[in-house]
Amino acid sequence: MSSINTPLTGEDATKSMSTRETIHSYPRFLWKALGVATDGSWLFYGWMTLLTAIALVGANAWAVQVRDGMVLTNMSDHVSWGLYIANFTFCVGLAAGGVMMVIPAYLYDDEEMHHLVIIGEAVAIAAILMSTLSVVVDLGRPDRFWHLMPIIGKFNWPMSMLTWDIIVLNGYLVINVHIVGYLLYMQYLGKRPNPWWYVPFVFLSILWAISIHTVTAFLYCGLGGRPFWNTALLAPRFLASAFVSGPAFILIVLRAIRMTSDWKWSPRPARTLIQIIRISMAINLLMLVSELFTLFYTGSGHAASAKYLFFGSHGASGLVVWIWTAIGLNIAGTILFFTPAALRRGNLRILACVLCIAGIWIEKGMGLVIPGFIPSTLHEVVEYAPSLVEWKITAGIWAFGMLVLTILVKLIEAIHAKRLSPSNSHAL
Amino acid sequence: MTTNPATHLPVLDNQPNSRRGFMKACGATLGLAAWATALKPLTEWAADMNVDEFLQKHYRELKPDEKQAIFRRLEADCKAEHGVDVKIADPQPNDGVQFAYALNLSICIGCRKCAEACSIENNHDRKTNNSYIRVFEMEMGGIDFEKGDATYDHPVPQPDKFYMPVQCQQCENAPCVKACPIEATWQEKDGIVVVDYNWCIGCRYCEAACPYHARRFNWEKPTIPAEEINPNQGYLSNRIRPQGVMEKCTFCLHRTREGRMPACLEACPTGARVFGNILDPQSEIRWVIENKRTFVLKEELGTKPRFYYFFDE
Ligand code: SF4
Ligand code: SF4
Repeated sequence: MSSINTPLTGEDATKSMSTRETIHSYPRFLWKALGVATDGSWLFYGWMTLLTAIALVGANAWAVQVRDGMVLTNMSDHVSWGLYIANFTFCVGLAAGGVMMVIPAYLYDDEEMHHLVIIGEAVAIAAILMSTLSVVVDLGRPDRFWHLMPIIGKFNWPMSMLTWDIIVLNGYLVINVHIVGYLLYMQYLGKRPNPWWYVPFVFLSILWAISIHTVTAFLYCGLGGRPFWNTALLAPRFLASAFVSGPAFILIVLRAIRMTSDWKWSPRPARTLIQIIRISMAINLLMLVSELFTLFYTGSGHAASAKYLFFGSHGASGLVVWIWTAIGLNIAGTILFFTPAALRRGNLRILACVLCIAGIWIEKGMGLVIPGFIPSTLHEVVEYAPSLVEWKITAGIWAFGMLVLTILVKLIEAIHAKRLSPSNSHAL
Repeated sequence: MTTNPATHLPVLDNQPNSRRGFMKACGATLGLAAWATALKPLTEWAADMNVDEFLQKHYRELKPDEKQAIFRRLEADCKAEHGVDVKIADPQPNDGVQFAYALNLSICIGCRKCAEACSIENNHDRKTNNSYIRVFEMEMGGIDFEKGDATYDHPVPQPDKFYMPVQCQQCENAPCVKACPIEATWQEKDGIVVVDYNWCIGCRYCEAACPYHARRFNWEKPTIPAEEINPNQGYLSNRIRPQGVMEKCTFCLHRTREGRMPACLEACPTGARVFGNILDPQSEIRWVIENKRTFVLKEELGTKPRFYYFFDE
């Protein structure tokens, strides 16, 4: 990585460090990192307080839900998964999309990308935490969580697709935490990272990113009784939309860093990301059209849910507004991304990102999970819209994810700016 | 600023005793207090849980004496909570028995007596009028659930309609069993698919997997008036379920494994229901399957239901 190749101030001091010292100074690194993470401007404190407040509201709503039962959600035996699993699906995509910066950086050896790659990994870490939390809050008995652990619990592997998902998600988290932790620590020490310690993991994380989203798609399309999910296009569509939401999210994070720090980089990495978004969004919309065509032209068992989703059926039309909003947002976002203005640093680019993220959040969440249950397996039409408790908990999960992301990004920035190094005892 | 870190106490930071360090410490304390308050409902919920229950192993790993201890504990819990003496038994599958069910659609009149009996027998939540059976009013001429209606509210039977009760099909190749990430639901030797209510984590993946809308989730603690509690309970079947777990029809295994008939069959006024051991050549169920043109629901899914439907020719 070029940022690491450039000599850092602390390099001379630490060159002679032995492996033992390297390991021993790790607690100090964590301690200093804590200092940096809790230091900042009033804007930073305001932001963190806001996020904490939302996370607290969510935590309280969850505690009440555990005590009084899932009856506080609007889910039912007919629509037995709702906002939580919808949000889970989106977050898995976001996590997979986090590696979008990794691919150009390592496969094509894009120098500039190397600086920023670690930000994509940080997004992936936050997104995996959010998806895990989304599953935990969906459990009726979170106290029995340990039943899910291999060996002490009873892990129905390889039969259950859910166990595969648990494995790949945790694996992905571990890989990314390792890469981010190792690179940051080496950069902090002013040492050159040993490629053997991270490059294989980077390639592994690329493969793994694809696997987390594919396995999550299998979670749905493996269910024969739910024709809406029974499409071979599900996994590819998941990936295509992940390749939009991930980079779009990273673009927003990059903008936030530029606005709040002195870290500078050329417009090239963002352009690469926008190219990825353009292609993926076009593929995503194309697959949507071909899916709609087979659904409505050929017509199949599949069609009942799709009909409900897009046009409503049996007098019920709860999802129609959602899905057309999503399609509207996606198309608007895509058009903006294709304008030359998107390649410049401006608000238009951020707007395009927000539109696409919101559009995909609805499409991959509410628009994908809920219609699988409507009509039910015995063709009853029972509708669903999230309850206040579900919104609170979901907002809380996002706030928590953003807290984690803010701290990670702050550390990355501080280490880059050399405010956090062994010789610098003081986190300004 | 370049102060020597060693001269300062490491309070959250290697900073001098600045105002900021103090503020941080205050912030951290306040933050912790806020989290404790937000999560307080959890302690109220944990109050009526005990360690034994929390650490209980999977049903199939329990030794006989451990099982007995659990059954006695559940009985005591029920006594304490509802003031009712119940008996929790655990009848095992019998060798040489494979249960199957058949339903004669030509004579079912859609009275929902079976659904009602199920509710009472299985200690279902009374607030929601829960039952493992849903009866569909169907249009003559085919099995088309799209034209079916499970919420009809008029005198039955209606002309030009037929009635189709649906409950767990006890699939031989059960998608719900495959889906469960923790083996909280499995198929017993006699073909009945059961749930260990003390092991299920309530993820509802099995409910999404079931093609017959056969599973029910305990969205809250079931409520049953004490005088309506059925005291003859099975650990894997009709005992009162805890909040937040999955439940399903068990062909009344606490009755049928002891030679009785399921509650829904006994309640049926028309005799539309036939139940028995398919391995017994003398059984009525065997006769129906051999002599009637039976069919199963959604055969194309390969679930191999043990629940058959037929019309009189
Ligand atoms: S009908 Fe549903 S619950 Fe019953 S065994 Fe089949 S899949 Fe499982
Ligand atoms: S709800 Fe319970 S029985 Fe169903 S899949 Fe989840 S853990 Fe298994």
